[in-house]
Amino acid sequence: MSSDVAFIYDKALLNYHFHDEHPFNQKRVLLTKELLEESNQLDRTNILVPRVATDEEISLIHDPKYIHAVKSASFLNHEQLIRFGLDTDDTPAFPNMHEASASIVGATLTAVDAVLKEGARAAVNFSGGLHHGFKQKASGFCIYNDAAIAIKYIRKQFNLRVLYVDTDAHHGDGVQWAFYEDPNVCTFSIHETGRYLFPGTGNVNERGIKAGHGYSFNLPIDAFTQDKSFIEVYQTALREIAEFFKPDIILTQNGADAHFYDPLTHLCCSMEIYNVIPQIALEISNTYCQGRWIALGGGGYDIWRVVPRAWAQIWNVMKDGKSSEGELPPTWLAKWRPESPVTLLRMWEDSVEDIPIIPRKQEIEEKNYVTLTNLLKYTKVKRS
Amino acid sequence: MHVEDIMNKHFITLKPSDSIEKAHQLLVENKIRHIPIVDEHHQVVGIISDRDVRDASPSIFSKEEDHKILQKEISTIMNTPVVTAHPLDFVEEVARIFYDREIACLPVVSHDKLVGIITEKDLLYTLIQLTGTHVQGSQIEVKVPHKPGILPEVANVFGKHGVNISSVLVYPFKNDPDYKILVFRVQTMNPLPIVRDLRENGYEMMWPNNIPEPRI
Repeated sequence: MSSDVAFIYDKALLNYHFHDEHPFNQKRVLLTKELLEESNQLDRTNILVPRVATDEEISLIHDPKYIHAVKSASFLNHEQLIRFGLDTDDTPAFPNMHEASASIVGATLTAVDAVLKEGARAAVNFSGGLHHGFKQKASGFCIYNDAAIAIKYIRKQFNLRVLYVDTDAHHGDGVQWAFYEDPNVCTFSIHETGRYLFPGTGNVNERGIKAGHGYSFNLPIDAFTQDKSFIEVYQTALREIAEFFKPDIILTQNGADAHFYDPLTHLCCSMEIYNVIPQIALEISNTYCQGRWIALGGGGYDIWRVVPRAWAQIWNVMKDGKSSEGELPPTWLAKWRPESPVTLLRMWEDSVEDIPIIPRKQEIEEKNYVTLTNLLKYTKVKRS
Repeated sequence: MHVEDIMNKHFITLKPSDSIEKAHQLLVENKIRHIPIVDEHHQVVGIISDRDVRDASPSIFSKEEDHKILQKEISTIMNTPVVTAHPLDFVEEVARIFYDREIACLPVVSHDKLVGIITEKDLLYTLIQLTGTHVQGSQIEVKVPHKPGILPEVANVFGKHGVNISSVLVYPFKNDPDYKILVFRVQTMNPLPIVRDLRENGYEMMWPNNIPEPRI
């Protein structure tokens, strides 16, 4: 790795595959990588081949019994698996599930090591960001919670204060609960309100407990929220939280499912937010963390039209401080067009005609703003 | 659901002869708002709330000698007779009593002895359990005609997908007696296959109803 930013990638990371009809599809990672390569934004000097996480590392967060169940999933019966959230529709068992999941954890730890041991400024692992994994339970398409493991690893090995920022449309519950009592890990999740959407938590009143009280932040925004409101509340909240917490390192979970094309959520944002999200992360990493920034993937279920563009922009901003504009490389479009069940979009930006019109727009903006002021009560108290 | 399933079995009591000051201390230390008063046979003879104690207390601005008033016996301010519940009463009956009488706590009495206490907070906790919002899940709302057999019909669609249902609620639809809203909380992050099936079976969805308006 000769560049100051690292892109963690290996074919093995694509093995995290439940079955062909499952909405979680790691082909997204490959599509993103190739989109960047075809745009001349990524070459061999950036790519870092990941290691595999050890059992010891995985058990920083997960119960050994759970790890054992994941390893032996193919021999256990339904009753034995269901106790651990496995063999459900969301997280069905698949062959070599442990190996595939441990590779993803390893990739996220490789990103951490790149930044904290090998002198990279920032690193991405788009195969990671599996924020719904629990201590002894798989859920929401997630087996091992690589983000939580990485944070624990950073705390243990380097004793740095970590700001975790989760822009997935679903609440980052697994990571939040893992550090709910920890004042050295500040978690911030912006997501569609849990009134209807999985997992249901992430209320603004979830603030952390004991010593960790005041270090969990949740900004649940209304279904059908669009760019302007998203960006307004997100930007204000994150800047304010970062100023309050003053992290040593920032870890972002970049689920790309807040887009209007995403089939699983009801947020209605466009590509614009995926230009802004990494910009603020970059700003914060430069202001407080000497540039140290680890970016992960996460959700994102329109793997053809949304995820590759959104994630590629994270990398573009991380690397160059600016996102790409205009047409996507024709070579990438030509390669994937035959396989895509939907018409691929030609531009980095969404066209205005495609963005839906939401009748309750002003009401939603007002509601989100009220939630924002509610959220920031605590940062203000601490600052005064 | 019975009162005995959700009542508190660990409770604090006072004797009628205890001082108001002691009641005040117990309320503050235990962060509670009600204390049942019992006689030597554990029979409930009264109840006091934090408001009764506050009414009996001198103002925080008043002179020190006024505070002697707190040495008076609790029997001078306790409420009596006391509305009580039985362990085998239904939770919804208790809700009805709280609502009608505008109170927030009932001592639970069996064989003339105090056996538990149930408060507004226990009821709210139960409500959270009933809605299923305490476990991870997604919510689906279906508008259905109010007619026999409709619930199993809709539930059957869920059953086919083998997804766990954590709660089912039946709401009235606005003021229209001909319709009901069925609210299902399901333990999955991907309710799409169920939603698709419900739509294909002709059910009207209240949520998700995420068909953004076409651009004019």
